[in-house]
Order: sequence, then structure tokens, then C-alpha cells
Amino acid sequence: MTHLLAQLFPPSVLRPMELGADASIVIATVAIAAFLTRKRRWGWLWREWLTTVDHKKIGIMYLIAAMLGLFRGGVDALLLRTQLAVPQNTFLGAEHYNEIFTTHGTIMVFFMAMPFIFALFNIAIPLMIGARDVAFPRLNAISFWLFAFAFLLFNMSFVVGGSPNAGWTAYAPLTELRFNPSVGENYYLLALQISGIGTIATGINFLVTILRLRAPGMTLMRMPLFAWSALITSSLIIFAFPALTVALALTMLDRLFGSSFFTIGHAGMPMMYVNLFWIWGHPEVYILVLPAFGIFSEVVATFSGKALFGYPAMVGSMIAISLLSYGVWVHHFFTMGAGAAVNAFFGISTMLIAIPTGVKVFNWIFTMWGGRVRTTCAMLWQLAFIPTFVIGGATGVMLAVVPGDYQFHNSYFLVAHFHNVLIGGVVFGLFSGLYYWWPKMFGYTLNERQGKWAFWFFLIGFWVTFFPQYLLGLEGMTRRIYIYPHGLGWSLPNLVSTGGAYAMGVGFVILVYSIAYSARHKDLDLTGDPWDGRTLEWSMPSPAPEYNFAVLPKVSTRDAWWTMKQAGRTSIRLGEIEPITLPKNTGMPFLLGLSFFVAGLGAVFSWWPVALAGLGGVLALLVWGWFVETGDHVIPAHEVRRSETLPGRLEA
Amino acid sequence: MIGQVQTDARERPLEFRDRRDNLAILGFWFFLGSDVVLFSCLFAVYAVFQGRVAAGPTPRQLISLGPVLVETVALLTSSFTCGLAIAAMRRGRTGPLAAWLGVTMLLGAGFVGMEIHEFATDVRLFGTWHQSGFLSAFFTLVGTHGGHVSFGVLWGAALLVLLWRQGLTPRVARRLYTFSLYWHFLDIVWVFIFTVVYLAGKIT
Repeated sequence: MTHLLAQLFPPSVLRPMELGADASIVIATVAIAAFLTRKRRWGWLWREWLTTVDHKKIGIMYLIAAMLGLFRGGVDALLLRTQLAVPQNTFLGAEHYNEIFTTHGTIMVFFMAMPFIFALFNIAIPLMIGARDVAFPRLNAISFWLFAFAFLLFNMSFVVGGSPNAGWTAYAPLTELRFNPSVGENYYLLALQISGIGTIATGINFLVTILRLRAPGMTLMRMPLFAWSALITSSLIIFAFPALTVALALTMLDRLFGSSFFTIGHAGMPMMYVNLFWIWGHPEVYILVLPAFGIFSEVVATFSGKALFGYPAMVGSMIAISLLSYGVWVHHFFTMGAGAAVNAFFGISTMLIAIPTGVKVFNWIFTMWGGRVRTTCAMLWQLAFIPTFVIGGATGVMLAVVPGDYQFHNSYFLVAHFHNVLIGGVVFGLFSGLYYWWPKMFGYTLNERQGKWAFWFFLIGFWVTFFPQYLLGLEGMTRRIYIYPHGLGWSLPNLVSTGGAYAMGVGFVILVYSIAYSARHKDLDLTGDPWDGRTLEWSMPSPAPEYNFAVLPKVSTRDAWWTMKQAGRTSIRLGEIEPITLPKNTGMPFLLGLSFFVAGLGAVFSWWPVALAGLGGVLALLVWGWFVETGDHVIPAHEVRRSETLPGRLEA
Repeated sequence: MIGQVQTDARERPLEFRDRRDNLAILGFWFFLGSDVVLFSCLFAVYAVFQGRVAAGPTPRQLISLGPVLVETVALLTSSFTCGLAIAAMRRGRTGPLAAWLGVTMLLGAGFVGMEIHEFATDVRLFGTWHQSGFLSAFFTLVGTHGGHVSFGVLWGAALLVLLWRQGLTPRVARRLYTFSLYWHFLDIVWVFIFTVVYLAGKIT
């Protein structure tokens, strides 16, 4: 018993910060449970949300998870910046600092950016291509619950057993068992493995959805750009994620089952891990940023009141980026010593990516050229993105110059660069999409005035945080150091950078407040088309009804909804509405996620009976799924007619 | 069109008739695509680790081709019998379908049994994979394939029960068809393992 307690609660989870987290987790859990009980909402929660196979509700759940991830990852970031604010600071110890930069990076990539992207895929893609549903609704729910339980598993490490501490890249031999015996890295390996299975399933799901379920007449070259970005991203996921699966699995075998892949002894080879990780890791960068490019392409066209400039070039450049992305991974470790020829190849291939990316930037600018630009919040994020991303891209090209990289490598210059592209590209894009599609999710728009406050705090905070970090890198400050002495010229830039990080935190708080405010003071969208949109999701009421389209649209051009509006063909004839068949809800995906969670937790602590019980549950649920069909339910035509009456487009 | 296919639905094979089954088959092809990448990574790891033997055995010392030839014949034959099962399914003959599927499962189980025996012998003679990077890569590449085959045996057995309980519906036909794709895929992977690991390992 004492052994078990020592295993679950080592000294690293008994520090004041962790105990504080324990207390807040208990209080929040009790408060939520009490609220659900008092309002008698447990049954509602299970029937309407936990068992849902509706892609829009799954998208909303991904969105909630992404905001939680942004909160946790953001708090981690503030803790790091607080420690670095002044020289010789003693706010965090070395070990604590290692743990927090590890969880910061891991959560931001896997449990913030990825679910945020899947949130917007789920909410927008089927609506944009005129589909009734995704190709595999139940698999979609399975993907979500694998992700959600993996997120839970990963976050547990903070308060039970200890956090991972080898960086978000988890390089060997930092992860080797004899150097790193705590269970923290096991959490990392198992949680990412479980969510990775869900991610591959999502990739397959959206690839099939986009290839096979487009509305009649919507050829590939008539698809909205966001659908193109989802198509390309899905194929990147399918062909890149297995490399991560292998990298994580082999590390897990080393740690839990005594193999010798990445060990220092027994002829292991840590460098092989680095290769496998980045064979996945570089395409992953484009898995994150291509959807943002897609969002910007929709937003810029809508708020410029013009068709996107250079559509075929936009599609071609995204395809070019996705192909090039498989051939650049070595640029993450030029200094590992692969030799001049190899480094030259990967340096050049990396610089080549700047060409299609530049094409895209020019096309976005030319879309605005001569247009009537409306500076809504969604559009502001797009406007901020262009210069930010261009600077981030330019420093990327600097890093791609191999001799230069020997200077920049692992310095704050690199840290500033990837935050510049990942925040300036991905996060700005996701915020833009959040504002853009929010009315389609919930039926009301977010408050624009508060949104602009959030935008300016976040944008200015972003530059104040990361521009000094370029300078720090050039001054020789390396990443992942937790303390630095006086007199190196690092003190002022670090203090400024920390101030910027807090400003970004204020921006986030304003955003969350604004969401709460907008939910209480609803600015209802009764038209279904609040932005004068161009694509099919704006042809239906807001929030999007369960069945998506009362009548599946027929498409003859790009920007199909715009064409329909121009031709005055926006109404739906009463007689066309027929009963609609949709899949029934099922608890199987939730239980499957739970079983994976049990299996993962068992493996983390090497409690093999628990792990086997979890895996048994997984197999039993899969077999159950083969034998028992969940079946469908039918929405009668009169219900469809009623919900379509609201935007006033129904005609007899 | 949703699941647009040119021919009349009734003229298509049973497993392609329903729209959802059609989608599932396409999705399964993409899954196999991602599994190709998984095995490619493991092959790459094996190629890099081939010479990293430390104090453990070299490939030449480890590998004995005798039992592997029997395993190979069993697995290749099972792919053939799996093909016969699907041919019987296309003609709607449930009896031969079940029989050939049963033979496929037996051959698959035999393959797994022989592989386990081979691994146990290896460990007895040369020690565990802790010994060297090479042994780790060898057991992981071959074992991942073996794990896939084992899962396939369980899957096939479950499908036999499903066929017995529900008969040859389009849904069951689709599940049998995707199973057969999976099974042939494992056969192809084995051809590469046999060549890259066993034959090349014995020569060099």
C-alpha cells in the first residue's frame, strides 16, 4: 500500500503548485458534478453529447478540449516566462522547468492545435462540400474519444506519478529508462499513441468524406479552399503519423519491455529516434498550418467580397507544400553530423517550400486588392497573419541555410522562429476560423468589440514576446535553460518577452470572457449567412441543423452559395423536403476511449493486469460493434420544414 | 452523387452494393496505405540496425531458413485459400466460403504458432532482444507482422461466427472482403520480410 502510494505520489507531485492543482481539480470536478446533478443534466449529457455521432457536436467537443489545452499550455508558458523574467530566478527549479516546457510543447501541438483543427474540420467540412454527414460517423466519435481520454491521461501526469520531462520531442537518451526512471515519459508515450490512433482514423474519415460525399456538381476544382486543405492534410496524416507511431512504440518497448533501440549501450542508436520523429514531425508542421491556410483563404475571400485570387495556384501550391514536406525532415538536426551532401540536399529542399508559400501570400494579398475589405475580427486575424507569417517564414529560410543553422540551432532564434510560424500561422488561423464559424456552431456571433480588444492584446503581446527572443538567440541564449546569470545582456530582452507573454494571457482571458458574454447576450444570426458568405455552409440556418441540408444542394460553380445568391436561387421548395435518415447515437465510442484509457494507465505504471483488462475491453467493444448494428433514426419531413422556416428561405 | 458508381447497384458484387459499405472499403484501402508506412518505418529501422549486433548474434547466426520456409508456404497458401473463400462468396455459396475461411484461419494460426516457436528457440539460444539493437529490430519487425496475423486470425474467427449468425448480407460480405484485403496485404509484407530479413540475412 505504501509502495503504491509512493508510486502514485512521488515527491515531484507533492510540491505546492501540484497540490494547488489537486485542490482546484477536486473543486472544479465537485462543482461540475453538483451543477449537473442539481440541473438534472446527467442524462442529457450522456444522450446529447457523450454518445453523439453528429459531426457538428463532435466538433464543438473538440473545440472545448482545444480551449482547455490552450489554457493549460498557456499557463505552462506563463510559468516558464515568469522563471526567465529576471536573472538567477528561483521561481522554478531545474526539474520543474524541464517538466513544464515538456508539457507546454506537447499540449500545444497535440492537445491544442490538433483538436482545434479537427474541431473546424468537423464543423465546417461536411457543410462546405454539401454532405449530409461524414463518411464514418461512429469512427468519428471513436477518434474524438480516443483523443479526449488521451488528453485526460496526459494531463493526469501533472498530479499523479509525475510529468514527462524530456521535451515535447522526447529525444533518446533523455527518455532512456536508466536515466529517466519516473513514469512521466510513459504518460507521454501512451497518451500520444492513443490519440495518434484517433488522428489516423480522422485522416481516413475526412479523406473519404471529401473524395466521395461532395454535393452533385461539386468537382474537386470547385471545392472551397478549406476543403482542399482538409483533403491534403488528411492525406498527410495518413502517411506521416505511422512514423510517429513507430517512434513512440519503439521508445515504449525500450522503456517497458527492455529492448535496445535507442539506448546508449547494446548497440542502440538514439539518432534513429530523431529521424523517425521528424519524418513525422515535419509533415506535422504542414498538418497544422495547411488548415490555417485554408481558413485564411475562405476568410479573405468572404471579407473582401471577391472570389479568391488564383484558385488553381492556391491548390497547386498546397499540393507542392505537402509533397515537399516529406523531404525536409533533416533540417531539424543539421548539427547531428549527417555530412555536407545530406545537409545541402535538405537545406535546399527546405528553401524550396518558401516558393509555394510565397505564391499563397501573394494570392491572399491580390484577393484583397480592389475588394471591399471588412475588418471583422475574423479578417483582422487574417490581416495580422500575413506580415507575421512572412517574417516567420523568412527566419525559417535563414535557419535552412546550413552554415547559419550551426549558429542558430537550439538557440532562442529557433524558439522565436517556430512560435512565429505556429502562432502567427496556425493559432491566428484558428482564431480567425473560430470567429468565422462561431455563428454556424451556436447561432449567434461573438462580440466584435471585445474580440478586437482580445486581438490587439494577443497580437501586440505576441510581438513583444517573440521579437526579443530573436535577439536573445543571436546573443547566444540557448533554449531549455532555466536560469541565466547577470551581465550577458539577456536580462532586458527576457523581461520584455515575459511582459509580452502576460499580454497574450490577457488577450486569452478577454477572448474567454467575450465567449461567455456573447453567450449571455446573444447577437442572434437569424439569416444563417451573417458574413455574406460564399460557400455552402452559409446556405443553411444557424446553428446548422442536425441533418445539415434540408435538400442536398446542386453545385455548378466555385463559391456555390455566392452564385446561388447572385442568381436568386436561395430558396428551398416545400415539396422537395423529404424525411432524412441519420445514424443513431451510441455509447460504444466513449466506452472504447475509456478502455484505451484503462489500458494506457495500466501500461504507464506497468500494472499489467489492468492494462490487459483495458485491452480486453477494447477487443470486446470492437467485436460488439461488428455484431450489433446501431441502426438509424429518421427525422420526419415536418420537423425539417419547421427548422427551415426560420431564415425565411422556404417557399411553397 | 453520393457513392457515385456508374453501374447499376444490383450488378455489382454484394459487398459493393450498399453506399456505406462502398465507403468503408475505400476507407480500408487508406488504412492499408497507412499500414504500409508503418511497416516501411520498421523496415528502415531494421536496415539501419542490421549490423548493430553488440555482443548478440549476427543475422547469419540467428536465422535458420528451414522453419521459415514452412511458415512461408503456410502463409502464401492461406492467401490462396482466402482468395477461394472470396470467390465462393461472389457466387453466394456460404458453405465453401466458410470452409475456405476456416482453412485460412488454420493456416494463419499455424503460421503464428511456428513463429512463436521460432522466437522461443531464438531467445533460448541467443538471449532476449535486450542483447542488441539488431535483435530488437528483428523481433519488432517480424513480430509486428506476426501480431497483425494473430489479430487477423481472431478477426477471421469472429467473421465466421458473424456469417453463421447473420448469413451472407451485404454488410457481412463487406466485412469479409475487407478482411481478405488485410490478409493479402500481410502476405505481401511477409514476402518482403522473407526477402529482406531472412534471405538477405542468410547471404550477407
